[in-house]
Amino acid sequence: MREVFTVSKVRVATTSLAGCFGCHMSFLDMDERIVGLLEHVEFSRSPINDIKHCDPCDIGLVEGALCNADNVHVLKEFRENCKILIAVGACAINGGVPAMRNHFTLQECLEEAFLDMIGVDNPHIPNDVEIPLLLSKVHPLHEVVKVDYYLPGCPPSADAFVKVLTDLLEGKEPSLPKSMLHYD
Amino acid sequence: MSKFIKIDGVEVPFEEGQTIMDAALAADIYIPHLCHRPGLSPHGSCKLCTVDVNGRAVSSCTMPASEGMEIENDTPALKKVRKTITQMLFVEGNHLCPSCEKTGDCTLQAVAYHLDMLDGHFPQFYPRREVDASHSSLVIDRDRCIMCELCVRASREIDGKDVFAISGRGTGRHLIVNSPTGKLGDSDIELDDLAAHICPVGAILIKDHGYEVPIGRRTFDLHSVAETDLEEVILKKSAHHDEGEERDPNEGGVYGV
Repeated sequence: MREVFTVSKVRVATTSLAGCFGCHMSFLDMDERIVGLLEHVEFSRSPINDIKHCDPCDIGLVEGALCNADNVHVLKEFRENCKILIAVGACAINGGVPAMRNHFTLQECLEEAFLDMIGVDNPHIPNDVEIPLLLSKVHPLHEVVKVDYYLPGCPPSADAFVKVLTDLLEGKEPSLPKSMLHYD
Repeated sequence: MSKFIKIDGVEVPFEEGQTIMDAALAADIYIPHLCHRPGLSPHGSCKLCTVDVNGRAVSSCTMPASEGMEIENDTPALKKVRKTITQMLFVEGNHLCPSCEKTGDCTLQAVAYHLDMLDGHFPQFYPRREVDASHSSLVIDRDRCIMCELCVRASREIDGKDVFAISGRGTGRHLIVNSPTGKLGDSDIELDDLAAHICPVGAILIKDHGYEVPIGRRTFDLHSVAETDLEEVILKKSAHHDEGEERDPNEGGVYGV
């Protein structure tokens, strides 16, 4: 019996790419409502449980923009494994604050951060092979993979997360009422 | 005897010389728009006010109303077209709402909310545009400029100064300033000018008045852009430098409502 129950749960994966984890914090702002949610949902890869890789899922929530090669790799893993992919928050939707570096060349950004900035100790641009290569420009998710739904906000409110997930669990098209639609 | 046009089946009176937009606004019918403002000559550039008149698409802010017009305005098809136009406006500039002082007071954002826009749909342009902070009390952030020319017309027609113009073509189009250096600080714009306050987005901002009204209590946090009496609400914001004005802490105040 237990196995049947487990299988019937909707599997959700979440990740933060070039974001601030603010969307995840806002997700957790649903407080005790997460208990009710867990009646119907179980988490695959997510910073909440620290599972490192995505297995086949129903819903993927992706926060943050794409700023390095690892972000692109993770996003593609999500797209391959998630039936429904949701771009969560301003960065995922239009690049947001990380995309403000697009006004400058990558070289200018690195020099400012690691060589020229006030208080830099031992100035050098990090080049460890473990560090993912940076993309020359920051991109929103839909420029690389197909995105099924968008949840705007910086961050989206906990109510907005609950509304969209509830709609999907009930088999409806997710829709945000005007009161929950914010880009800021 | 009054003449009438029909907007979405409703009879709307008009006077000779009024545009479809004029007649609609007088009848409290909202036609989405960004570059139009009563009192300034119509510009017809943003195309958000596109309506179908007897089956033909026209800009309602420039088309004179005439007897017998059957106009479609609030239809799913037009909403879709307007949403696409708004998405194009978003991706061709740098509209990063979370880091913009104008968020919540921005008409572009409010129109996008009204049209249920969730994303930009198109690839982002991320254009490189110049900031001009040379003026002591105003700043131009061209990242947000939508080339609506409201400041251009306000300066020319109301302030009598001709401070602004749009120059260049295509993606190179940008706001220029009429001064020997091209800098706003060397122009004759003043804080009391309408041009300093008319920007529907955050391209022209007043210095030293940032974040006076918290996000969540700003104009379009409390009102829909479709409310046709919003002009008064927005005008109140221009009174920001009238010191000593009492304000209700629950309703915006100087910069909000």
